[in-house]
Amino acid sequence: MVTGPETAPAGIGVPVTATGAARLHLAIFAVALALALAAPFFLYPVFLMKVLCFALFASAFNLLLGYGGLLSFGHAAYFGSASYVAAHAAKVWGLTPELAILLGTGAAAVLGVVFGALAIRRQGIYFAMVTLAFAQMVYFFSLQAPFTGGEDGIQSVPRGRLFGMISLGPDINLYFFVLAIVVGGLLLIYRIIHSPFGQVLKAIRDNEPRAVSLGYRANRYKLAVFVMSATLAGLAGATKALVFQLASLTDVYWTMSGEVVLITLPGGTGTVFGPIVGVAIVVTM
Amino acid sequence: MFELLGIPPQALFGQLLLGLINGSFYALLSLGLAVIFGLLNIINFAHGALYMMGAFVAWMLLNYLGIGYWPALILAPLAVGIFGMVIERLMIARLYHLDHLYGLLLTFGLALIIQGLFRNEYGISGLPYQIPTQLAGGQNLGFMFLPNYRAWVVVASLLVCFGTWFMIEKTRLGALLRAATENPALVGAFGINVPRLITLTYGFGVALAAFAGVLAAPIYSVNPNMGADLIIVVFAVVVIGGMGSILGSIVTGFGLGLVEGLTRVFYPEGSAVVIFVIMAIVLLVKPAGLFGRAA
Repeated sequence: MVTGPETAPAGIGVPVTATGAARLHLAIFAVALALALAAPFFLYPVFLMKVLCFALFASAFNLLLGYGGLLSFGHAAYFGSASYVAAHAAKVWGLTPELAILLGTGAAAVLGVVFGALAIRRQGIYFAMVTLAFAQMVYFFSLQAPFTGGEDGIQSVPRGRLFGMISLGPDINLYFFVLAIVVGGLLLIYRIIHSPFGQVLKAIRDNEPRAVSLGYRANRYKLAVFVMSATLAGLAGATKALVFQLASLTDVYWTMSGEVVLITLPGGTGTVFGPIVGVAIVVTM
Repeated sequence: MFELLGIPPQALFGQLLLGLINGSFYALLSLGLAVIFGLLNIINFAHGALYMMGAFVAWMLLNYLGIGYWPALILAPLAVGIFGMVIERLMIARLYHLDHLYGLLLTFGLALIIQGLFRNEYGISGLPYQIPTQLAGGQNLGFMFLPNYRAWVVVASLLVCFGTWFMIEKTRLGALLRAATENPALVGAFGINVPRLITLTYGFGVALAAFAGVLAAPIYSVNPNMGADLIIVVFAVVVIGGMGSILGSIVTGFGLGLVEGLTRVFYPEGSAVVIFVIMAIVLLVKPAGLFGRAA
């Protein structure tokens, strides 16, 4: 296991959290949650849900870039394919929303395993180009596959009833469902970052040869974080499909991959709240 | 009429020609990317946008100044090359001490800005650009019809590619360039102005993209988005070929264009993804790329 204090990383990174920082995070989180609970009574819920979905998407991306040090230029693939699968499951198969979202997220995870295993064979710039190319492959697939509806996408996806009981038709009901999903996702990311796994990840990001010499299999960690990031991006995409009742080519196109990069950067990579601030800036504009 | 594998020859050779033309653009663009990457260590995401700019400058020269295709073939790459050098001096030069990824992010942002500005000004419907009169019409080769302009695109691209190869591999300037790629500090110690060399290299790579843009203008309509999709395919081409060798990028560019053309004949649905599939296979078998040196 890692011995001795980790040196403060240069470049993209955060200092290792102390208990003071954890307490501060808790306070910020509590305030943000309170605001989020009150917000739908003052602001347009669909807009807020869009912010929430993109906050999860950007945080998932940030998990990979900020903590894994891997710049993926193809996260639209996971976001979009999950969105398509969830929309298809809800509309054609008539599944309940939670099952549709689970299925979409699972699809993104599978895609993440396949593409991640290939992409981590290259590093740095090549990694970015490879992920971008794979995402474009998914885009062309979505354009031509029969169930995606081509240029039209999958429209008027039913929001359905949660567990077959609570109708998600009213925006306010859906809002709290989405809020629960997103908060769960964000807490999971927070947990991942601050787990021993997250510490090893940061060590690999900052100095891969050293981490390898300490006995860590860097590629396994990279693949694991890639899959986690893809899965959470999928969760965001699947949720988004229910919110807008639409899965379309915009979600898989490479500009979406670029957008999540642009959202994450202004807030700062490798910080817990950075991507959320970025979303607030970019989506509001 | 004879048939090959159940495909009429017109269709087969027509698609092969189309593949060769796409290959010309892949080769020119990936060559520029490779030259820039070699010296600057950044992947120029703005390459597609600058290719589009080349086509637009040619269109503007014709419509605002009445300057035709042939002068535009020189003037547009020059203008875009100078624009590229200004960008390199003002922005990219500030990033060399940072991680490579920042160069990618910066040029990505530049690409969005350039494309956005052109989209605002000219819309996305595309503008027509006439084939020059000298190259209108075509030849009937018996088994297929060969439009003159398309033959010219392939020839011009081959000439420029091998000219570039000759310049980099056989001349003194090229030797300096390769030396600076290998060890910039040492070349600087010999009294060579390395930053200026870098600026010129970026300008040259960008000019190659603009040249491809002018070549493409009469074939595809001049459209602000014309480079956006192409650049991603070119990235895949670059990953397949590896950026180690100049000749490698040329061969890979033309080869993949042909493969794409063949796929369009035998399995049309797969033609859009075949290059990405090949990329996945190459990554599995030879991660450094076909012509690349192990990282």
